[in-house]
Amino acid sequence: MGYPHPPHPRETVVLSKYFGDQAARTFEGWTGRGGYAALRRALGMTPGEVVEIVKASGLRGRGGAGFPTGLKWSFMPKNSGKPHYLVCNADESEPGTFKDREILRWTPHQLIEGCAIAAYSIGAERCYIYIRGEFTEPWRVMETAVAEAYAANALGENVFGSGRRIEMVLHRGAGAYICGEETAMMNSIEGRRGNPRIKPPFPAQAGLFGMPTTINNVETLAAVPHILNQGADWYKGLCLGNPKSTGTKLFSVCGQVAKPGNYEVTLGFPMRDLIHDLAGGMRPGRTLRAVIPGGSSVPIMNREEAESALCDYEGIVEKGSMLGSAGFIVIDDSADLVYEIYRLAKFYAHESCAQCTQCREGTAWTTRILERILRGQGKPADLDLLLDLADHMTGKTICVLSDSCAAPVVSGIRKFREDFDRYLSGAVSPALVGA
Amino acid sequence: MSDLVTLTIDRVPVTVPKGTTIIEAAKQAGILVPHYCYHPSLSAPALCRMCLVEVEKAPKLMPACVTAVADGQVVHVHGDTALKAREGVLELLLINHPLDCPICDQAGECELQNFVFQEGRAGTRYAEYPKRFNPVEEFGPDVLYVPNRCILCTRCVRFMDELAQDEVLNVSERGDRAYIGIAPDQLLDHPWSGNVVDLCPVGSLISKDFLHKARAWDLDKTASVCPGCSQGCNITIDTRDEVVVRLRPRPNLEVNRHFMCDHGRMDYRWMNRGDRVEAPLQRRDDRMQAIDWESALDAFVDLVAAARSAVVLASGRASTESLGWTRGLAIATGRVTAAVRVPRGGEAPLPGIPNLALRAERAPNGAGARLAGYDAEWDSALAAAGSADLTLLLDVELSDQEADAVRRCKTVVRLATLEEDRFQAELVLPVTTMAEENGTYLNRDHRIQRFLQARPGPGMARPAWWVAAETWSRLAEGRDAPGSAAEAFAALGQEIEELAGLRYEELGLTGRALAPASADAG
Repeated sequence: MGYPHPPHPRETVVLSKYFGDQAARTFEGWTGRGGYAALRRALGMTPGEVVEIVKASGLRGRGGAGFPTGLKWSFMPKNSGKPHYLVCNADESEPGTFKDREILRWTPHQLIEGCAIAAYSIGAERCYIYIRGEFTEPWRVMETAVAEAYAANALGENVFGSGRRIEMVLHRGAGAYICGEETAMMNSIEGRRGNPRIKPPFPAQAGLFGMPTTINNVETLAAVPHILNQGADWYKGLCLGNPKSTGTKLFSVCGQVAKPGNYEVTLGFPMRDLIHDLAGGMRPGRTLRAVIPGGSSVPIMNREEAESALCDYEGIVEKGSMLGSAGFIVIDDSADLVYEIYRLAKFYAHESCAQCTQCREGTAWTTRILERILRGQGKPADLDLLLDLADHMTGKTICVLSDSCAAPVVSGIRKFREDFDRYLSGAVSPALVGA
Repeated sequence: MSDLVTLTIDRVPVTVPKGTTIIEAAKQAGILVPHYCYHPSLSAPALCRMCLVEVEKAPKLMPACVTAVADGQVVHVHGDTALKAREGVLELLLINHPLDCPICDQAGECELQNFVFQEGRAGTRYAEYPKRFNPVEEFGPDVLYVPNRCILCTRCVRFMDELAQDEVLNVSERGDRAYIGIAPDQLLDHPWSGNVVDLCPVGSLISKDFLHKARAWDLDKTASVCPGCSQGCNITIDTRDEVVVRLRPRPNLEVNRHFMCDHGRMDYRWMNRGDRVEAPLQRRDDRMQAIDWESALDAFVDLVAAARSAVVLASGRASTESLGWTRGLAIATGRVTAAVRVPRGGEAPLPGIPNLALRAERAPNGAGARLAGYDAEWDSALAAAGSADLTLLLDVELSDQEADAVRRCKTVVRLATLEEDRFQAELVLPVTTMAEENGTYLNRDHRIQRFLQARPGPGMARPAWWVAAETWSRLAEGRDAPGSAAEAFAALGQEIEELAGLRYEELGLTGRALAPASADAG
């Protein structure tokens, strides 16, 4: 991925305003662009006041679940007598998603500032940023920025002379998708195998090192300084009709579109326009066939669903899928849905942590059945088997990795049955698999 | 009663303390929730997903091993949804499982076999692919890992991490390539590591010692107490055709929870020895000659009646009954010195469980012997034997030097299990081992625990308490000898205050702690 595109006129650039601006990466450059004013403002308020502002803004988690951020912060115990931790989830590994990476690369101080405000609000003196291991350039950028922030007292024992201590630790992942799951991430930071934990206890009660912990996505935290600077009402006003989905959101549009990239629009933006206008539409001579909107872990939308959906948490659910991480994988009529689904299943089979039986064995079995269908050796009963397996893999495990594997399979068979039937009837020659 | 909650499990009402998990509450109601990863002595990771049950008003199936009970909760372990989910788990566990039950040691006591038989599908829908294969690995001196059979329940990993606190095992790799790994250049050789074989719900971790020795359904199981040290771990003696083939821990939350150490586990071969004394022997013309019990008892009565002083040298493995009655008989001589032999070795704790260790005192009944009056120092008792009229050896092992000393004693009577002739004994009376009789041991924490007869004694061997009691009854008119170990034990209460009024029935099979007594704990 090269450098960011110039903003489209229909974008609402808040988080991505300085993407591509080399100077914005430095502490000086960032303060020159209004940076760290929000942190200073926050330090002048009580933590409770900051939480209330974030609550009022309507900001929801940008990592996938869409949980109200202020509410999450308010779950942290008061006067627990224990250390509190903030963990920033920068393990962006969801297929088709590359929005956090750009925040880390271009506006590291935006994130550091957001983390510092969040840490202050939840009573944490230490923030861990868990960065995906493959993110080499973002890692270097973040390292430099954190050192600068310490030097400028934006982090450290006495942040901006407020008497508050906020330490920041960059922790590098080792290449496991599952470590993006918040409880697996806590295990990973603790030096254990990155296995998701059972909930309860929830992180706010017993999280990292058994202490009260809040975990937020990069994009969520990056939005916080803007809310503090411009007010909850301003953020709430960034809304296209659905008051439950406020603010701007980065959409990573990839796949078979003319102009793949990150597009920041106000929540509620029509998906049709995002794909056909901002992302330049389909390649010449091609038509839209399907969109997997939430990274890969959500049901596939067909063309009708995609073109009628509004891009916010509720709008996409209404059309049978989920916003998730908002990494749109756009698929045109040249694609073979069986192969696409196979490739996703193979990813999940590779990344399953091996704890839960349904996930460990189910993801691998699903992959093998799809592979067999692609080889032209499928049987009509295989589709029922896939659906039954998907049922066993949904809602029965510790985390949602196996659900994520099942979602594209179920929706693929329901909505793109003809692609499967072509293989099962022998109408197409076996595909090359194993790549 | 706010700390109790009442719920319904498969229509059975059950009342349990707050905070109890559904799986434990179900046990109280007599309902087994099928499970693999859960074990009451380990943390619960809820990862096998086998114990999913229906809880009314819950949005989805709940893992019974980590879901706490709530007042008024209605649980269905065998509802259609739960059964279907478990059928799914079982089918998935089997797709990579070799189904080599005919050659697997675990067959017959395999939880995968059992639950598939109970709740699984009749056939698999997974037919066309080879199963995952990894070669058998040697984990330690006695433990083999058969990865193909592994269902990744991680009980072994958690046992080593949490209880042995020797983190040599791990889950390696991801997805369906995962297997149990062992740290490089390390062995599974912790003194308690054999427990992973018992913990393994399938035949993935197996004991080399037991390998291909017996089928589980051919085994007879007898409740017993480990004779390896003074901890007194409750065990099961498994016999096949009256041969002891393995010892396994038997749960006792007060003593050993669910575990036993490898020293105790492997200390059973002596129970099968063939070089046993099978008939009473009397020295005639400097040769030992087999005689019947009547003659032997008469001869013993004569020797006791003639003596004015006696020394008893006893094994710390003898039952409390045998120790008590043998000393009781010796009292008839007028003056008795009694000592018990307790070999010593290093301690090896299981760190994750309080007060559980392989103890330095490597005999099960040192405390019982001291309670029964075996209070003399070993060396002084041995010296006293030199001038005593009668020396009784109660199945005790002696060094050659000690045997030399004993040989010079005036009259030696052996109550013995093994054939040997180092003592110039007048009389050798064949007795049974602890595996061949009923009896009790008193452990270091003064818990009196019963063990049961696991195999018949050889030939004419009888329990030592019987030999002593029969002899005692013949010393005077009107004495009735006890007819069973239970009676022998009950009679001890008349002499030993701490045992007064105790009966076998009250001890059950997990024993009972005695009121603190003056005797020391070794």
